Amino acid sequence: MYDVTVIGAGVTGCAIARELSRYEVKVCVIDRCSDICEGTSKANSGIVHAGHDAATGSWKAKMNLEGNRMMKQLCEDLDVSFRQNGSLVLCFREEDKGALEKLYEKGCANGVKGLQQLSASEVRVMEPALSNKTVAALYAPTGGIVCPFELTMALAENAFVNGTEFMLETEVLSVKKAEQGYELETDKGKILTKTVVNAAGVYADVFHNMISEERIHITPRRGEYCLLDKKDGGIVDKTIFQLPGAMGKGILVTPTVHGNLLTGPTASDLSDKEAVDTSAEGLSQVLDMAKISVPGLPVRDVITSFAGLRAHEDSDDFVLGEAKGAPGFYDAAGIESPGLTSAPAIGKYIADLVVEKLGIVEKTTFIHRRKGVIHMKMCTTQEQKRLIEVNPAYGNIICRCEMVSEGEILDAIHRPLGATTLDGIKRRTRAGMGRCQAGFCTPKTMEILMRELSLEPEHIRKKGPGSELIAKRR
Amino acid sequence: MENKELICIGCPMGCAMTACMEGGEVVSVSGNTCIRGERYARKELTDPTRIVTSSVRVRGGRIPMVSVKTREDIPKNKIFECMEKIRTVTVDAPICEGAVLVHDIAGTGADLIATKSVEKA
Amino acid sequence: MENIDVIIIGGGPAGLAAAIEAKKAGVDNLLILERDSDLGGILNQCIHNGFGLHTFQEELTGPEYAGRFIKELKALQIPYKLNTMVIEIKDKIVTAVSRQEGYVEYKAKAIILAMGCRERPRGALNIPGFRPAGIYSAGTAQRLVNIEGFMPGREVVILGSGDIGLIMARRMTLEGAKVKLVAELMPYSGGLKRNIVQCLDDYGIPLKLSHTVTGIDGKDRLRGVFISRVDEARKPIAGTEEYISCDTLLLSVGLIPENELSQDMGVEIEPLTSGPVVNESLETSQEGIYACGNVLHVHDLVDYVSEEAGHAGRSAAQYVKNGRPETAGKDIPLIPSDGIRYTVPRTVNADRMEETAVIRMRTDGVYKNCYLNVYFGADRVIHKKRMVMTPGEMEEITLKKQDLKAAAGLDRIIFRVEEQ
Repeated sequence: MYDVTVIGAGVTGCAIARELSRYEVKVCVIDRCSDICEGTSKANSGIVHAGHDAATGSWKAKMNLEGNRMMKQLCEDLDVSFRQNGSLVLCFREEDKGALEKLYEKGCANGVKGLQQLSASEVRVMEPALSNKTVAALYAPTGGIVCPFELTMALAENAFVNGTEFMLETEVLSVKKAEQGYELETDKGKILTKTVVNAAGVYADVFHNMISEERIHITPRRGEYCLLDKKDGGIVDKTIFQLPGAMGKGILVTPTVHGNLLTGPTASDLSDKEAVDTSAEGLSQVLDMAKISVPGLPVRDVITSFAGLRAHEDSDDFVLGEAKGAPGFYDAAGIESPGLTSAPAIGKYIADLVVEKLGIVEKTTFIHRRKGVIHMKMCTTQEQKRLIEVNPAYGNIICRCEMVSEGEILDAIHRPLGATTLDGIKRRTRAGMGRCQAGFCTPKTMEILMRELSLEPEHIRKKGPGSELIAKRR
Repeated sequence: MENKELICIGCPMGCAMTACMEGGEVVSVSGNTCIRGERYARKELTDPTRIVTSSVRVRGGRIPMVSVKTREDIPKNKIFECMEKIRTVTVDAPICEGAVLVHDIAGTGADLIATKSVEKA
Repeated sequence: MENIDVIIIGGGPAGLAAAIEAKKAGVDNLLILERDSDLGGILNQCIHNGFGLHTFQEELTGPEYAGRFIKELKALQIPYKLNTMVIEIKDKIVTAVSRQEGYVEYKAKAIILAMGCRERPRGALNIPGFRPAGIYSAGTAQRLVNIEGFMPGREVVILGSGDIGLIMARRMTLEGAKVKLVAELMPYSGGLKRNIVQCLDDYGIPLKLSHTVTGIDGKDRLRGVFISRVDEARKPIAGTEEYISCDTLLLSVGLIPENELSQDMGVEIEPLTSGPVVNESLETSQEGIYACGNVLHVHDLVDYVSEEAGHAGRSAAQYVKNGRPETAGKDIPLIPSDGIRYTVPRTVNADRMEETAVIRMRTDGVYKNCYLNVYFGADRVIHKKRMVMTPGEMEEITLKKQDLKAAAGLDRIIFRVEEQ
């Protein structure tokens, strides 16, 4: 019997689990995928929003602001790449200046600090690569960028180290009320739990509707992205948004914390919750619209493209708290943008509700810091020398594009909730994320996985079951 | 009299050639730039052959596979039979480049030889 | 910090030939740094035959071709380090890391860049669809099959008819896979004709020109691809889409010289080749830094890589022994024009060049029954008949030192494809 079962090992579920792991409580996190961060959390903009977009008074606005405030310290504690680079919302037409002004006012009402309206010339001084059609912009110095994989992994690892159980490759089939809480039927057996946290992303409505009469409905809203080579990461310094309006919510252009340039997302409402495929129209829309902000965008430097599904709830807001008619069942549903930013705040909010319900107490042994994979690339010369001296595996470079050593891959495999797949290694070390997109390192990484996990070649997978890389030995 | 078009594989130039055939015999070849082209055309149209290359598993070597080839070209219709045989072979390190790994593979008369040296692990 | 006269970055065909020629030209203090566990570079996985006709007048497999150079290298006692990755070059200080020696710095007098190239990935093409397992660049699959002994899949579609794609079509077939087709975006193949004959025609594998992959199906492992015909602007034509079930997609869609180290050290890059801008000595924009092989521009034949690299080796040796020669004459620009896309080198200097200089170039399209003409200013000095010229097959022209010296006031050399 668990005290809490969290459905979903995305950033929201892991943030809640990590907050709960401060307490004397038996928690498990269940996910149908074979790794942490396999759903929406792995395919988004990686933006820490300032908080001027959401309607004043909404959950989105509140959690965004609070999450933004918490992010810096959290990333410091958990060794996650984060940079407060600031953001700009561009306005391209004189007649839209009023809408920009309104956005400014909404931001102020939401409590966003430091917002400034900039003139065209001020914008171009700040970001010379931006279109000369820019007539004004809203500058938010509290906007930032974070690595969504690192954040999710870090929260999960820290929760794990503090006693949270993780059941991966376990799919929840149904949720039923039981005598003392809830019974979860999974493909690996039944789970009894006093409380449930529903952080199931695009599937959160399915679980919610199993136990509550007050229905919710989530539309998977697909966003497609293009990632550009690191040589282009400096084209803009800030996150560049377009003023929402006639052309939809606009396409952003942003550096990533690791120095690539990212552009996207599109927004298309679908019915298929698995449709993370990109489309020709979507990808060309991303690049065409990105060029409105950054006309010189070097589209030939795209190294990969991807799509993610945002969990859009009909109310257009997050659904947070105890579900109606289902005591002890807590929703963290409809988590779309600014979900990544909000995760730390949602984690705290939901955990507090559970704590109150269960009447549990804080541990004295909570470990609040976590050390991530040490990346050779980020080290000084002295540090690199020392790393290799202590462990020669750091001298064996496996991924040449991102300069990832065998030492880092071994760390990724053997750390808490370690990687078991090629994608797992990629998201923990960046091996294969560079410009050759794993062309050179795939055979080497496979070899290490085989050796370290005693896997047969035909059992090495890219991600979950069914994604085997090799058909057979010759 | 019958004309057959073919492209020479003798070298990267890939000359487009025309061979004039009569009663299963090549009477003349045109379009080739060198004598190898004519030789290839005559052979290809009467008795086509290829060199087969692959790699075979190594036991106790510094690398898991050693590259191999048939020392001479073998009849085209023997290629898959030859591959069948290659798949069953495992050799022990060390292996010297040129070493014969299979004699007279698939009854073609050609030996399968290593094209790389492999030291012991 | 160890002082080395000539450091060669990369122990593939280019690095091997460069080192051998540098040594023969009198440099004893030289060193090859190779990131892989073997010398020979990509030749180790190119187990097929067809290498070396120019260099050795016989057909060798990739490992045999490399073996000849490795044997000579060892006979010449040229030092090399394996499993050693160069991570930075700055002010001719080469920083490398390895498992066995850790973090090492060398001070070089001259450096030869011979890092080769990498394959263009799926992302560079923006092929829409899912991102399942089973999509490999052809070279990665080649390594898996030939070196590791793994079969990546059973039913294969290949995008791109470059040589690696063609070779892998045959290789996968020989290993028992069904290669359903090779799709090529362009209206002509990027590979050698002989490879189309002996890799596709021999096995009845269809080559679909003016076709591309327009969709990827399968969330975990590839289940199939959508193939569409493209128009003259290479855009997919609506309504021509066809579904091909397969568990493997191999991409052979171009090679990119791997110049991250060169760029980080400030070497000027030619956008058309993605390789360094070089002069007749294969010297880059930085003094004493040379480039050769596929890092300089992508070659079709390893024989030309070896020849070019040998030249870079001699140039580096000259530089180490005599410094940069004083020249009276100026650098004459080579100008690609009328159908010629680029030339390597980009300038020649008659005072610095060897007796002859080989100029390598590619056309920008397919030309039939034409002439490759070279002009010294307005005078046509070289006039070569070509039955066919395609971008997939590199052309070369040899310029003679005496001709350049004799041409008074020569200020540019123009290369053209012309009808006569």
